[in-house]
Order: sequence, then structure tokens, then C-alpha cells
Amino acid sequence: MTTLATAFYQERDFINALYLVAIILFIVGLRGLTGPHTAVQGNKIAAVGMLIAVVATLIGEGVIPDGETALLIAVGVIVGTAVGIPSALQVKMTAMPQMVALFNGVGGGAVALIAWAEYRHALHLGVDLEEKVLIPTLFAAIIGSISFWGSNIAFAKLQEILSGKPIKLPGQQLINVLLLLVAVGSAAAIASVDSELLFVLGILVAAGILGNMVVLPIGGADMPVVISLLNAFTGLSAAAAGIALDNNALIVAGIIVGASGTILTNLMAVAMNRSVPSIIAGGFGGGDAAAAGGGDG
Amino acid sequence: MDLVIQLTILVLAAFVGIEVISKIPNTLHTPLMSGTNAIHGIVVLGGLLVIGHAEGVLSKTILVIAIIFGTINVVGGFLVTDRMLGMFKRKPAVAEKAEGGS
Repeated sequence: MTTLATAFYQERDFINALYLVAIILFIVGLRGLTGPHTAVQGNKIAAVGMLIAVVATLIGEGVIPDGETALLIAVGVIVGTAVGIPSALQVKMTAMPQMVALFNGVGGGAVALIAWAEYRHALHLGVDLEEKVLIPTLFAAIIGSISFWGSNIAFAKLQEILSGKPIKLPGQQLINVLLLLVAVGSAAAIASVDSELLFVLGILVAAGILGNMVVLPIGGADMPVVISLLNAFTGLSAAAAGIALDNNALIVAGIIVGASGTILTNLMAVAMNRSVPSIIAGGFGGGDAAAAGGGDG
Repeated sequence: MDLVIQLTILVLAAFVGIEVISKIPNTLHTPLMSGTNAIHGIVVLGGLLVIGHAEGVLSKTILVIAIIFGTINVVGGFLVTDRMLGMFKRKPAVAEKAEGGS
């Protein structure tokens, strides 16, 4: 009887049905967040969806094969909760945007680390990942790393650990293009040559430096728009990880954040009388980003 | 699953994402950003799925950090959004001020 019940709960269809419930709750919750009267409720609905998605994942067959895995998962969830709750409860209302940046950054970091671990797993088994898995894995690693480091810089600037003024290097535009070429070139090379070193240095590190370099030149007042853009990036990288890991919940939730985040970024920029390209390019083009941004803050 | 089916799901979900937030008041921009930020914390599922077959200390360490990061993203994200909205609900005037200053 017990075995039968266990077998039923471990059915892939059952788990995917739970994911479907979670996805519906995310969409309903997000819809709620767009109206002032339904927003509080909407956020809670989305949180319930998340809980269902996590539980559905944990009951999957082979997800927790041994006691050690259970312990590691417990450590991860407990430490994450122990860090997340106090930082969310103690942050001052005025410091909210940088807190969102930090939470967004760790999300992007998680994607990059998962992509790295998945690549290590393939190397360990000595199998070549098929393109369907390899391409989204490399994409997730690049975008996740950009999001992690970019968000950290956004946090540091809003928290005034770094100067809120644009920080620029000579020839920054050229350096950024080169960094992007290094990351994409390494990804292309990894498709034919297995190399963990290339993965770490060529993708994670190069994309990380690029994330730093893109956000450093942006003035403090424009930063919420940039955080929103990085938020959309993390969503996209989560969707890519979902394709690599063959997981519907990740694909749908990730791309919904990626798409809605992109629209939201644009709305935020318009509300500030700015355009997204001019904010991102502001660092390249001269001081007008700082001047316009300064008047807004 | 078939890549084409996954791409179909991806594209349709992208349209849902665009449609859901086409019209929102300016004051809700920051809470909505924070709410979607919490939802992409779903990446924690990736860590949970991969850690079971990870070999070696380094891989396991990487994944524990990934799960910690993902959990912070989820827990912190939803709580911060709730706090923002709580303020917004009780004192709309203050919320608007905070929004303008962000």
C-alpha cells in the first residue's frame, strides 16, 4: 500500500501537474500585483505557488537518493532562509531597491552555479552534452554571471559602498565588446572542446567582469531601471536552465519574469522620461546620464 | 521532452508575461519588480534537481551555495515585496513618496 502510494506520488505526470498548479498561481499572483487593491494578495498567491513547486520537486523520484543529499539540501534551505528572512525584515524602506538588486543577484548567481555543476557532471561522466542541453547551459552561465555581478555593483552603488556617480574606464565600450566576444567565443569553443577551465575563466569570469563593467558607468538615479533589466536577465537565464534540465516550472516561471521584466523595464524608463538604450549607453556616451539622472532623484 | 514542445511552451509563456503587466500604475513598478524577482527564485529547483547526482566535494559545494542563493532569492524576495505592499496599502501617500525617491 505504502509502496503504491509512493509510486503514485513519484509519477512524473503528478509532479508536472503540481508544476501546472504552481504556474497558474504565479500568473494569477502576478496579475494581482498589477493592481493596488489586489497586490498584497497576489504576492501571497505567488508565494504559495513557489512552495508547491519546491515540494513537487523534492518528492520526485531520485531527487533525494541518499541521506547526504537530504542533509545538503536541508543545509542550503536553512542557511538561505536564515539569511533571507532577517535581511528582508530589517532593511529600511528607503533601501528597498538595493535589497531587490541583491536578491536578484543571488538568483543569477544560483543559475550560473547550477550551470557550472551541470557541466562538471557531464565532464565527470565523460559524455558530451547534446546541443539541446549544452547551448541553454552555456547561455544560462553567461547571463546568470552577468546578472550576479551587475546586481552586486547596483547594490554597492545604491548602498554607497561605491560612488553613485558613473565610474568609467577609457575605451570601456571596446573592453565590453571584447569581454562579450570572449564569453561567446568560449561558449562556441566548449561546444567542440571539453574544458572546465575554459568554462570557468572564459564564461563565468569574463561574463562576470562584463556585468561589472556594464553597470559601473550607470548613475545612481538610473539604477532601478538597470535592476529591473537585470531582473529580466535572471528570468531568462532561469528559463534557459529549465530547458537544459527539462523542467517546465523553470521554463515557464523564468520566461514570464524575463518577458514581464523586459516590459516593466521599459515602463520604468518611460516613467522617468528616459529610454533603456540611453541609460545603458549613458556610460559610453558621456555625462548626460548622470546629469539627467541627478535631477530625477 | 521534445525541444519543439519546450520552445512552444516558452514562447506562449513569454506572451503571457507580456500581457499580464501591460498596464500598471507607476507606484506599483517597484513592488512588481520585486515580486517578479521573487518568482525567478524558482531557480532553486535547479539546485535541488542537480545536487542528487553531483559527485565530489567541489560540485556539492557549488550546489549547496546555489541552493542557499536560490532560497535567499525566494524567501527574501517575497518578504520584501510583502513589506513594500504593506506600506503601500496602509499609507498610499508614503508609498508614492518612496516610489518617487527610489
